[in-house]
Amino acid sequence: MQIKSIIQVSNLEKKYESFHAVKGISFEVQEGEIFGILGPNGAGKTTTLEIIETLREKSSGQVTVCGLNIETQANDIKQLIGVQLQAAGYYPSLTLVELLVLFAGLYNREINPMQMLAEVGLEDKAKAKFKELSGGQKQRFSIATTLINQPKIIFLDEPTTGLDPQARRNLWDLIRNVRNEGATVVITTHYMDEAEQLCDRVAVMEAGKIIALDTPDALIDQLVASGFERKKEVKKANLEDVFLSLTGHEWRDE
Amino acid sequence: MNGEMNNNQNYSQLKAMLAISKASFRSITRSPSAVIFTLVFPLIFITVFGFLKGGSVSLDVALSPDCDTNNPIYIGMISNPAFSVQHHMDTATQRVKIFKGDLDAIINIQKSNSDSTYNVQLYTTMASGEKGVIVKSMLEHLIDKLNLKAANISQPMATIQQQQLQGRTYETIDFILPGQLGFSLLSTGVFGTAFVFFNLRQTLVIKRFFATPIKRPFIVLGEALARMVFALLGAMFLILLGHYAFGFTLVNGLTTFVDMIILSAIGLIVFMGFGFVVSGIAKNEGTIPPLANIVTLPQFLLSGTFFGIDNFPSWLQPVCKILPLTYLNDAMRKVAFEGAGLMDITSQLGVILLWGVIIYFAAVKVFRWE
Repeated sequence: MQIKSIIQVSNLEKKYESFHAVKGISFEVQEGEIFGILGPNGAGKTTTLEIIETLREKSSGQVTVCGLNIETQANDIKQLIGVQLQAAGYYPSLTLVELLVLFAGLYNREINPMQMLAEVGLEDKAKAKFKELSGGQKQRFSIATTLINQPKIIFLDEPTTGLDPQARRNLWDLIRNVRNEGATVVITTHYMDEAEQLCDRVAVMEAGKIIALDTPDALIDQLVASGFERKKEVKKANLEDVFLSLTGHEWRDE
Repeated sequence: MNGEMNNNQNYSQLKAMLAISKASFRSITRSPSAVIFTLVFPLIFITVFGFLKGGSVSLDVALSPDCDTNNPIYIGMISNPAFSVQHHMDTATQRVKIFKGDLDAIINIQKSNSDSTYNVQLYTTMASGEKGVIVKSMLEHLIDKLNLKAANISQPMATIQQQQLQGRTYETIDFILPGQLGFSLLSTGVFGTAFVFFNLRQTLVIKRFFATPIKRPFIVLGEALARMVFALLGAMFLILLGHYAFGFTLVNGLTTFVDMIILSAIGLIVFMGFGFVVSGIAKNEGTIPPLANIVTLPQFLLSGTFFGIDNFPSWLQPVCKILPLTYLNDAMRKVAFEGAGLMDITSQLGVILLWGVIIYFAAVKVFRWE
């Protein structure tokens, strides 16, 4: 299979008045992969993502998405991508179904709202308001709104931050499903286990720069090859495995 | 990329805008404050004033306990519907009431000692304003008629023939409803718009819209359209309720109704401009109500919402005469009651539109997307 890159970023820079958030980064995202951008808070992950999503202006550099220029073809790009923001709101008095109908209109699509809710396991919340949902449900609903236009790429900005282990695993399954349907996924996270489980390739960002970019396996192999050893022998399970086996894997109303 | 490009060309900003309008309209109808400002407040005022029957004067008079009631003056008084005569009221109560203005006059009719004529003692205070004077002149008129009759004069020197030139009766509702309608449009335009755009920014709803293909001006237009439809439905409801329940005059029927709605729409667009300015300059949610009140309250009081601006002292008149609501109210009354068409109120429309130009110029300067 020929590998085709769907996002190209070269020498991207973003300067705020007193803060140099992104310092000349370059990378490509390949079609059909789950691409992770890792890094501590303030590393520039969200800024990078929002520039690619055409929500924020870059200071310099080149970015193309699906072959389109982010500066001159922003509106065309927006039709091809789905964006989940780290923080976003919805009309507080509308139900989930009404909100999906709204977003369907915004994308000029006809949808079956109940089927969309079923895809993210929220069919019994059709009449609920967004603010009445739990953290994991909110993220699942947000992802549902990004799927309406059957996007080629979906961007997820820290979707699992603040979720409990079950909710995180549910979301991972959902993200894998989205990818298996054919979309490319770009996700930011600061959880390394998440990146290891989910991502085909990861870029590690720190202070506005990409300091490593490869598959999780390759990065680990490189580290081991450099002579690194864990201080403690790893057991066959960790505490999270214990917790999940005690409390169950299934989707629940957190 | 061809498939994608086709996709782009089919994208309709209008369709996306209408989706926002629909969602926003649903949102507005579920917001208690929008419903209260647009419908409940004006309804309360209209109902209160609708039941106050305008036109006829009611004079509250009391009789002194020792007043003679077996005489033609008394009989003439009680047979005149303008007098509301209180009989069994003790002097102490009468005094309290007349000083508070609850009574317009106290009347004592006594037979003169000398002959068969009567003395009428009339007590009035400044508390009830002009009504004391009216009581006096009505009594004089009554006594004049009795005098003419007593003197057997069937052909008096002169009679007055009054002709009412205005063919329609001007009820209180005809004055109050346009004022309330104007105020409803003002408050829904200013408060509604200010809060909505501030909240859309604060709650990042607008940021999520930015991530979809709709262009920014269409987001504003979509929201504005929803508010417009809501406010105009409210206006239609108020006018129709006023017309059918309280006899509000629509001189040329449907034409007048349509003209009033067009006028409402023009006023609302201008008032929404104030709302955009408030949402742009408000630093936080708490500063919106004071800022919005600075716009609405003076107009509520000084624009002829409850009483004509002629009643204000001359130094206040210039203030009244620059406020946009003054001109909207004036135009509404001319359209509704005098049957003026939109072409007859161009001077009022001119001032309103001038305000529109000024306020949207300011709104564009201060508007913030994030």
